[in-house]
Amino acid sequence: MVALFQQDLTTGVGRSVKHDSADKHVSGEAIYIDDRLEFPNQLHVYARLSDRAHARIVRVDVSPCYAFDGVRIAITHEDIPGLKDIGPLLPGDPLLAIDTVEFVGQPVIAVAARDLETARKAAMAAIIEYEDLEPVLDVVQAYRNKHFVLDSHTHQRGDSSTALASATHRIQGTLHIGGQEHFYLETQISSVMPTEDGGMIVYCSTQNPTEVQKLVAEVLDVPMNKIVVDMRRMGGGFGGKETQAASPACLCAVVARLTGQPTKMRLPRVEDMMMTGKRHPFYVEYDVGFDDDGRLHGIQLELAGNCGYSPDLSASIVDRAMFHADNSYYLGDATINGHRCKTNTASNTAYRGFGGPQGMVAIEEVMDVIARHLGKDPLAVRKSNYYGKTERNVTHYYQTVEHNMLEEMTADLEESSDYVERRKAITAYNAHSPILKKGLALIPVKFGISFTASFLNQAGALIHIYTDGSIHLNHGGTEMGQGLNVKVAQVVAEVFQVDIDRVQITATNTDKVPNTSPTAASSGADLNGKAAQNAAEILKQRLVEFAARHYQCDESRVEFRNGHVRVGEQVISFDTLAQQAWMGQVSLSSTGYYKTPKIFYDRSQARGRPFYYFAFGAACTEVLVDTLTGEYKMLRTDILHDVGASLNPAIDIGQVEGGYIQGMGWLTTEELVWNDKGKLMTNGPAGYKIPAVADMPADLRVKLVENRKNPEDTVFHSKAVGEPPFMLGIAAWCAIKDAVASLGDYRHQPKIDAPATPERVLWGCEQMRALRAAAPEAEGVAHELAGSQV
Amino acid sequence: MIQFLLNQELKTEQALDPNVTVLNYLREHLHKSGTKEGCASGDCGACTVVVGELTTDAAGREQLSYRSLNSCLTFVASLHGKQLISVEDLKHQGRLHSVQQAMVDCHGSQCGFCTPGFVMSLFALQKNSAESASPDTRHAQAHEALAGNLCRCTGYRPILAAAEQSCSQPQPDQFDALKAQTIARLKAIAPAQTGELNSGDKRCLVPLTVADLADLYNAYPQARLLAGGTDLALEVTQFHRPLPVMIYVGNVAAMKKIEHFEDRIEIGAATALTDCYEALSREYPDFGELLHRFASLQIRNQGTLGGNIGNASPIGDSPPLLIALGAKIVLRKGEQTRTLALEDYFIDYRVTVRQESEFIERIIVPRANARQTFRAYKVSKRLDDDISAVCAAFRVQVENGAIVDARAAFGGMAAIPKRAAHCEQALIGQPWTSATIERACAALAEDFTPLTDFRASKEYRLLSAQNLLRKYFIEVQTPHIQTRVTAYV
Repeated sequence: MVALFQQDLTTGVGRSVKHDSADKHVSGEAIYIDDRLEFPNQLHVYARLSDRAHARIVRVDVSPCYAFDGVRIAITHEDIPGLKDIGPLLPGDPLLAIDTVEFVGQPVIAVAARDLETARKAAMAAIIEYEDLEPVLDVVQAYRNKHFVLDSHTHQRGDSSTALASATHRIQGTLHIGGQEHFYLETQISSVMPTEDGGMIVYCSTQNPTEVQKLVAEVLDVPMNKIVVDMRRMGGGFGGKETQAASPACLCAVVARLTGQPTKMRLPRVEDMMMTGKRHPFYVEYDVGFDDDGRLHGIQLELAGNCGYSPDLSASIVDRAMFHADNSYYLGDATINGHRCKTNTASNTAYRGFGGPQGMVAIEEVMDVIARHLGKDPLAVRKSNYYGKTERNVTHYYQTVEHNMLEEMTADLEESSDYVERRKAITAYNAHSPILKKGLALIPVKFGISFTASFLNQAGALIHIYTDGSIHLNHGGTEMGQGLNVKVAQVVAEVFQVDIDRVQITATNTDKVPNTSPTAASSGADLNGKAAQNAAEILKQRLVEFAARHYQCDESRVEFRNGHVRVGEQVISFDTLAQQAWMGQVSLSSTGYYKTPKIFYDRSQARGRPFYYFAFGAACTEVLVDTLTGEYKMLRTDILHDVGASLNPAIDIGQVEGGYIQGMGWLTTEELVWNDKGKLMTNGPAGYKIPAVADMPADLRVKLVENRKNPEDTVFHSKAVGEPPFMLGIAAWCAIKDAVASLGDYRHQPKIDAPATPERVLWGCEQMRALRAAAPEAEGVAHELAGSQV
Repeated sequence: MIQFLLNQELKTEQALDPNVTVLNYLREHLHKSGTKEGCASGDCGACTVVVGELTTDAAGREQLSYRSLNSCLTFVASLHGKQLISVEDLKHQGRLHSVQQAMVDCHGSQCGFCTPGFVMSLFALQKNSAESASPDTRHAQAHEALAGNLCRCTGYRPILAAAEQSCSQPQPDQFDALKAQTIARLKAIAPAQTGELNSGDKRCLVPLTVADLADLYNAYPQARLLAGGTDLALEVTQFHRPLPVMIYVGNVAAMKKIEHFEDRIEIGAATALTDCYEALSREYPDFGELLHRFASLQIRNQGTLGGNIGNASPIGDSPPLLIALGAKIVLRKGEQTRTLALEDYFIDYRVTVRQESEFIERIIVPRANARQTFRAYKVSKRLDDDISAVCAAFRVQVENGAIVDARAAFGGMAAIPKRAAHCEQALIGQPWTSATIERACAALAEDFTPLTDFRASKEYRLLSAQNLLRKYFIEVQTPHIQTRVTAYV
């Protein structure tokens, strides 16, 4: 026992412990909601969706639905017992359309039947008549006409107009940034069981169990304590199940209330893609002034987010785009205006990065534009604009950038990726390769960590120790694949110094830990890890006090290690201590709680410290572009990413790699296309192309920054990792533009909006060829560039 | 009735609705929920299962072939006489299979929803990898095996690592141990007569001979012919149109043969695209390259060459190539057959010259001719598993600096796969020069008025079609110039 005591724990904090569900994932034994056994009287719900972008509902007749054998009930908004609106923070999202429909895909009626196909057929038989109204489908039109879901907001420092007017160089331009479908592999699903007392047990694939609980209670007009939401795992979330999971849950709950039967709603893929919101597309107007080094003196940015038809989370999302319109750069005198444009499309929502990526894409386009204008390597321009450590270190929202790692990380990555030599080699390759052109880009990422709605930065946990020494762990976070549960279990294992196998991970459940925040904003481990640590430390302290009392030694002589406890001269097992503590009438159950310190934001002044800290990263991508078709292939990507002291390096690397690829997909092949009636045409994986295996860079090298603990007092000094790496994918987009710019001797920025589909890339190539044909004297710049210092 | 092995358990089905997919059969009828539905359209691979079939190797020995396929696009009738293996069957005596363990060791799962599909693709990959394969070959095969599986979480690197771990030194598993028994059991249930599923209002017939197929099709002219089903099944799973009568052609052995003649290759219409690969790529390397990018391995394992022609899609990838090669098809109705040039088969959008109860029996592809140069190109948003915006194929013969013969065919440019007549006219008889190519490019604008859709604009389609002809010229004329990003995949 003494020998065991002296060994180190192998599954605590900082170890590459496998995902807690890995064995179940690979064997098919992991249970998702649709895998739960059904009841004999199970109902399945199908919602009939609006096929109009904007129309008044003239007539709804559900009586034809009942002609189908197996149909139990068909409902309209009139059948909802309580509140009809399920908007998360602000109203605007009717559960079923009331008088008007505002996008193609909006649920109008719902039918419940013994199987999904019957429900679908019946729903399609309902009579719904519309009178069309004029839709707004174009974000620019909405922006110009101030057709907004919410008021605009401004970040301002200094006098950007004067700075722009007096700058040596000034450029104005526009950019369209596409949206993104989450494409979680498991579509939205909820399964609801009516209970006694008019309550419901809701199994819902959601990142936000508490909000689902609240909304189900509201649509049923019952108090929240009647509703239990249980969430074991999601088959992917990415923000898409932060608010969008509520609609199926609420529809099921209404049907279950009206019928008394267990009710399930699983969205077929096409319906999921039509009904649910996506990443906000943005339209950007920029006006920048800079000096001969490319250093920004002034900037004015108009960030017009396409919110779709309702507010949803767009207030915070456009805010975050504004907060990240600097990425890693000191903007000088800056005016950043964020607009929340209303269009007749699905209500756009949270998606990994939450607006941040769109803000960063805008400023990275500006960096490239400056570089092309000055004939400089874009990396040199980026570096000259980096935040300083002691000066030029305050953001346009007046938060000081502390613990800035940009310079060191960029230098590291520049060296490890061999940037300078490869830049020369690429220029040489391009000079001799008429069809295929290579491009290279190195992009920094600085991402602010914390919910910008400050009150959300809180979490709870619940830990029981049973009399055999086994531990039950519950916390308010949700597992969507990111490895949150294993990280929190590692934290608990570390506190108690027990093997992780002793810690049973359990489904997130609103009757265990109440009033939780969504698992979002990369905050899952930061918040819930701290809350669980708090609960574990409370229990540990009780055990220490008990052991000291029981064995009559000083508390300082009680030490936990590797499943054992040394009390004075004795070593006993953790199990024994648990048993003895119970016998000694010690409570072995505790909640834990955490709230993030230091943060505040005064929106009326647009000033504050919205972020507890920043996570940093950098990516260098090399791409090969076919200038005859616009097709491309990522050749190599080097990434250096900052996770503080990693809780689990294997899990973190998984987040970094997956985030990069997802970000790359957003900016390359993932194109959302609507027709002129507002119908989403890329409404399935046949048309909407997320990265597949061949899109992975042929050579992918990912490293975490080592030996750099988070200076802030986060959980074991780790940093959040969910969202920041997503924006590393911007390197792929910039590399493509770099390859295309070679056709114009790197003196012109190709106009390639995001996503850079092969078609947009080919038009960029055509633009460069036309410019070159018009100005053939620009030879020689490529050679200068190859020799330039960056 | 139809019979198959569910791993080692004999299943006999008779009154099952033939519109039930293997995915729904597993999940809803057998309550085996390991296999997941991600899209129900064959695009994501979450539902991948493996089907074992009896084959004969070069030495004439009976073997088992294991192939991955999308269970969401597979009707149960097509399992007749085969072995179905789902993710639940891999764990053995409480231990994970080596491909499962590799996924765990490499941190290859995050949310886990796509994972069973990846595991099954890896399982099929392991079963089909040669121990002697070089690391590069293994890498290429892993890419091929996984191109039809989407993962939104990992970015694929750890899954490729799992492929390498599980295929570099595969150890025998329970399926190897049971090989002789499985072969014996499959032989015992080898269909001896036409099989049938009949649920009252719907039926699927499974003939074994061409004559029986022809007779049944005469008897049921309204029937839909089911080959791979990778397109047909979408009518049920995506468009919700039940198929009352189907005739499954996949068990007609005579239509799955590939025969080599001095001047031609004859390919049975029901031959899976995977099986066409070797014959066509040996003859025409570019045909092989295109087949690598043709949908996904799961689809190619199931989809047939005849089906890709028969469904008459304007964006099928094999017809432009076959047309450029001057391929012919043999149509059969009852006992009567007729042969026609493939380009004459297509009339208008999804309209062909095929008569009632007539079916494609085989495809005749000319052998390669050293005087002709054949190239094929596919342009799509995503390199893997995507539908072409434009597919182009050129076969040109140059003698003494002059073009004596030229065939150019395109997909995605018109309502049907189509030859570019004006373009060809601009080439034939002209000197093999870039000036000629430019005139032929201009002529393409007379040949085609492409459409704008979510895959591409009409302008992009036309310009890239022209650029593909330019690329063809560059590749033939100056082979040292790099022209293909796919060479770096």
